[in-house]
Amino acid sequence: MTLKTALASATVLAACLFGSAHAADMTVGFSQIGSESGWRAAETTLTKQQAEKRGIDLKFADAQQKQENQIKAVRSFIAQGVDAILIAPVVATGWDEVLTEAKDAKIPVVLLDRTVDAPKDLYLTAVTSDLVHEGNVAGKWLVDTVAGKPCNVVELQGTTGSSPAIDRKKGFEQALKGHDNLKIVRSQTGDFTRTKGKEVMESFLKAEGGGKNICALYAHNDDMAVGAIQAIKEAGLKPGKDILVVSIDAVPDIFQAMAAGEANATVELTPNMAGPAFDALAAYKKDGKEPPKWIQTESKLYTQKDDPKAVYEQKKGLGY
Amino acid sequence: MSGAKALGWRLLPQIVALVAILLLIWLSFPGFFTVEMQNGRLYGSLIDVMNRGAPVALLAVGMTLVIATRGIDLSVGAVMAICGAVAASSSVRGDPLVVTLAMSLGIGLLCGLWNGVLVAFLNIQPIVATLVLMVAGRGIAQLITEGAILTFNDPGLIFIGSGSVFGLPMPVVLWLVFGIAVALIVRRTALGLMIEATGVNRRAAMLSGIQAPAFLMSAYMLSGLCAALAGLVVTADIRGADANNAGLWLELDAILAVVVGGNSLLGGRFSIIASLIGAMIIQSVNTGILLSGFPPEFNLIIKAAIIVLILLIQSPRMSHLAAFAKPAGPAAPAVGMQKDKTIERTAP
Repeated sequence: MTLKTALASATVLAACLFGSAHAADMTVGFSQIGSESGWRAAETTLTKQQAEKRGIDLKFADAQQKQENQIKAVRSFIAQGVDAILIAPVVATGWDEVLTEAKDAKIPVVLLDRTVDAPKDLYLTAVTSDLVHEGNVAGKWLVDTVAGKPCNVVELQGTTGSSPAIDRKKGFEQALKGHDNLKIVRSQTGDFTRTKGKEVMESFLKAEGGGKNICALYAHNDDMAVGAIQAIKEAGLKPGKDILVVSIDAVPDIFQAMAAGEANATVELTPNMAGPAFDALAAYKKDGKEPPKWIQTESKLYTQKDDPKAVYEQKKGLGY
Repeated sequence: MSGAKALGWRLLPQIVALVAILLLIWLSFPGFFTVEMQNGRLYGSLIDVMNRGAPVALLAVGMTLVIATRGIDLSVGAVMAICGAVAASSSVRGDPLVVTLAMSLGIGLLCGLWNGVLVAFLNIQPIVATLVLMVAGRGIAQLITEGAILTFNDPGLIFIGSGSVFGLPMPVVLWLVFGIAVALIVRRTALGLMIEATGVNRRAAMLSGIQAPAFLMSAYMLSGLCAALAGLVVTADIRGADANNAGLWLELDAILAVVVGGNSLLGGRFSIIASLIGAMIIQSVNTGILLSGFPPEFNLIIKAAIIVLILLIQSPRMSHLAAFAKPAGPAAPAVGMQKDKTIERTAP
């Protein structure tokens, strides 16, 4: 009952808004998961920035990590008659019904950053990064950098069983295939956190002859790398020189480490998922051109040559 | 003399378990006991165990007293996150170290005060009362750090996490000194006895003139203080306050340390030293798993199996069996204290 009244009032509100919102080209509803990580906060900031840049009227709903809130938000977007809906789905299942409602209302839905288990015709497209590819880019960088010299690699995995951990491992191993000079000698989970990254790296250093047998570290995210860098320093070695450090995500702090010469490379998981989504929507609205079902974001490699200080300044205001 | 002997008997199962685990790790990783000086500080896996075990050891000190009053403090992990966030934000603002530390420890005490008021004066069950702060606390910490990892560069604050005193890492010094100090204070005075009395039977304790609410309050406040110290250690260690992950699930490890230390969750007799050994047992298992090179999928299974084994060995039924198996000589160590609830002064 409360839902009905809420919907009714939302419709009235939307009707009132429409007169004034005419100036904007498009009204887009965005159901964000919540703010569980710095990356997520940066994604929210960038989505708002991108919308503003394109003159899009963005309606933002924070689901606070609950699917029921996301479904409610999507329904209210439908009731408001928005032109398109962006969803960063918190879980993969249970979307069929609400997506069908959106389809019936002829509102295109774009999934951001994660996909769902629903028939593909229920959404316009999904904008995500390719986790396997990210691992691959990191691996390729390492292969090119060591250039045939023998190299023992230690790996800090993400949370055991999580899809980024599985896929980033897979991609890295694929890149190393056929290069027998590179060997992953130790691989443990650091739970994507700085503390665990540091603790696990300490044990790697002890187990591999005080770090003398380690030539490179591959961390599934930058936070673990930042923790590990401290462990390497405390063991009396030089991170970035004695032990090469490559990781994924490109959060601001790793650029500080790169500027100090303590990290070597990072692969960006771009928080700008909304830009490509808005572009696809604009093309679709203009001449009905359907984008491919999956838009892969760029996994850009940053090294010490890419002016890490400037990138840090650029990124630190995004809310990471 | 008899005090030391009683303490020895009390701690025997924990010491045996710790030594057994250390030997087990040594078998799979021969360099385990190697400790050398590097850059003026001791360096080696054994030092790592003591260093990485510091947060849980600190938490276990406060948790032991709370559990001795027949309570439990689920909020310590969240309080760690709050105090770490407070310290980091204060340091980023440029406050002097003394102010930063005072604020962080003060907030810890305040969190303990909140729990204590709920338990001692409003008579809310401890598990529920502290659950409030456990859930809300991480949110408060995230508000302070604004959801990001707040990094700082104050060398004084960093010293708490990675500095060293007489070659020992600062966190190790902290938990050793703090743990032993608290153990001495409660055992060399009547405080420990009164806490035990409160835990065994609050009403009887009140009737015999013990200010039970005051003891409950101070136990929770001490737990808050311990959480603040632990929060400072983990924050200083990574030079940043990670509100999402600092102290996450550590309340469970702290409770486990107390239980592995042979203390009963039903309150009453307690030993802080045993809990500290319990914390070291847990950390040895963690470090051992990391050194062994098993795939990470096995981490939790191995940890669970070892802890079940330790608890089995400590169970009252096992000590009875041991007593039967050994016809003469002293009875097996009194770990089966759940059964006899008489208040008796034990060694620290």
